[in-house]
Amino acid sequence: MTDRIITYSEAVREAIGQAMEADPSVFMLGEDIGIYGGAFGVSGDLYHRFGPERIRDTPISELGIVGAAVGAALVGMKPIVEIQFSDFTAQAMDQIVNQAAKIHFMLGGELAVPMVLRAPSGSGTGAAAQHSQSLETWFAHIPGLKVVLPSNARDAKGLLLAAIDDPNPVIVLEHKLLYKTSGPVPIEPYRTPIGVPDLVREGKDLVIVATGVMVSRSIAAAEQLAAQGIAATIIDVRTLSPLDMTLINQSISATGRVMLVQEAPKHVGFMAEVAARIAEGPALYSLLAPVKRLCGMDIPIPYAPQLEKAAVPQIEDIVAGAVQLMREP
Amino acid sequence: MVAITPLFAPTSGSLETDKAAALATLESMLAIRAFEEAVDGLFARGLMHGTMHLSIGQEASATGVCSALLSTDYITSTHRGHGHCIAKGADLTRMMAELLAKQTGYCRGRGGSMHIADTQTRNLGANGIVAGGIPIATGAALAQKMRGESNVVVSFFGDGATNEGAFHEALNLAAIWDLPVIFVCENNKYGMSNSTELSMKVEKISDRAAAYGMVGETVDGNDVDAVYQATKAAVERARSGQGPTLLECETYRWKGHSKSDKNLYRTKEEIEEWKAKDPIQRFQETIIGSGLVTQAEVEQLAAKVRDAIRDAIKEATTAPDSDPAELLSSVFREAN
Repeated sequence: MTDRIITYSEAVREAIGQAMEADPSVFMLGEDIGIYGGAFGVSGDLYHRFGPERIRDTPISELGIVGAAVGAALVGMKPIVEIQFSDFTAQAMDQIVNQAAKIHFMLGGELAVPMVLRAPSGSGTGAAAQHSQSLETWFAHIPGLKVVLPSNARDAKGLLLAAIDDPNPVIVLEHKLLYKTSGPVPIEPYRTPIGVPDLVREGKDLVIVATGVMVSRSIAAAEQLAAQGIAATIIDVRTLSPLDMTLINQSISATGRVMLVQEAPKHVGFMAEVAARIAEGPALYSLLAPVKRLCGMDIPIPYAPQLEKAAVPQIEDIVAGAVQLMREP
Repeated sequence: MVAITPLFAPTSGSLETDKAAALATLESMLAIRAFEEAVDGLFARGLMHGTMHLSIGQEASATGVCSALLSTDYITSTHRGHGHCIAKGADLTRMMAELLAKQTGYCRGRGGSMHIADTQTRNLGANGIVAGGIPIATGAALAQKMRGESNVVVSFFGDGATNEGAFHEALNLAAIWDLPVIFVCENNKYGMSNSTELSMKVEKISDRAAAYGMVGETVDGNDVDAVYQATKAAVERARSGQGPTLLECETYRWKGHSKSDKNLYRTKEEIEEWKAKDPIQRFQETIIGSGLVTQAEVEQLAAKVRDAIRDAIKEATTAPDSDPAELLSSVFREAN
């Protein structure tokens, strides 16, 4: 495979373009994805390459367009719905949770819903509370939905291509701050398997389990920790649902210390599930210290930049958390 | 397998003057009535789980609409969907088996009454969420247009659904994209206990079509031929690329919303008044009165339907109960 450096948003665009070239049943619908190029520039020139039927601008009707995607998927199309901000999935919840997630099960397997819903997620752009949420836990909690959070450009392309192939509804949450980051991405189409966490870095002292933008912050933190003589393993969960704990448990058995890092508010967040599974799993008795969660504050995301930063873990918080964990009990 | 085969080759004339069509129409409505009455009885005897939303009294809208469709056209349905399902050609045994929580039911016992779908008859499913199926129908119609196919989609829903946001969004999308979808509102005057007089300011539900720049029409939903003719026109519009229609069928449900309904919100007089406008009786009288069919032929048909329902119940009752062993593996579809 030929790697070259492109941005996360270019990688997403490339995945959509390659999927659409290969399969005429793939199309995308969303607000301002056509001539505008997408609120975050992701769809870019796809409109010019594929036209207004397949890169389909819609009115501001999240419930309607997600429902339309469900209907199109039921009769064999492979729709991608772009929801402009993940916060707006709230408008579409019936079609996501009561329809897409449940149709295959409720109908005894008679029909399936091969759709992808992708949305920019997370904070750090000063967009404030209603445009900055991390809602992955909502979706991970619903049986019948798959949930992926690509943390880098390579996975952004590979997971999206896998999601488009998947005959089930897949929610893809792309952190806004990642769109302009770059990384090596193969030019050919490829699929990153859904359901497999990624071992990003190996280190004998502790394991940091992270999602979304917290993965790259953890990588930066690990460099600083290494300078202090602390060697961190980093695991990128990447698929929150279905969740495979094998790698996480193995790493805990090897290190004895684990820190779970998410941007979303701590209370009932995704890392609560990871912590529970650690507690009921094979690695429990390897723990030398309690499981540590480093999460967003239990507040809506504030507007002012210093408040917005304080609301979620930053690199220095991850470093401090790891240092503290190494000192316990 | 027991099924009542719908028309699938709509007559260019009237259901009241084409003998084969008249008999098929009557058979369909009788099957719906008999099925619903059987379900009512099984429920009363404690043999069915959950609740049921019966469409007794509304047979003409289900049959009239579905008779104007080809077998390759799609429908989406509602929580009160047994009639739509039967009118589109469903297997009565599989329906009964689903309601009886059997492994051989349409949903293998996992969905129940409100979630029956049938890929063979292009029924994309009943829906437990009011208005839940409407955007889905819009999307299915979008797919037909994108693929250059000539199939149309019928979306069934009730008067109550026309106050849900999903209705407005879905109709608007269908209108702006000129989609081949027919939005059929079975206006039975009540969204559960809330009457249309209290729930909307417009006179007729079809008045709402103007808000989307769409054709809107109201018909007597208990006149099966009127429903059929109006649907045929809407289908023609859709198939020829002229876009969607909002078709309101004025009808009435004899039974309460569900099994727990004590009918406190409507009068006995009103119910009796509508029972006197029984769509099946009316159609029977018309086609016997005109000499198109004989009383004996009608009675023969009724007996055939009774036997079919009885056979369906028998086959369904003796099927194995749905199996909990497969639950976890049924959430996702496996990739090919």
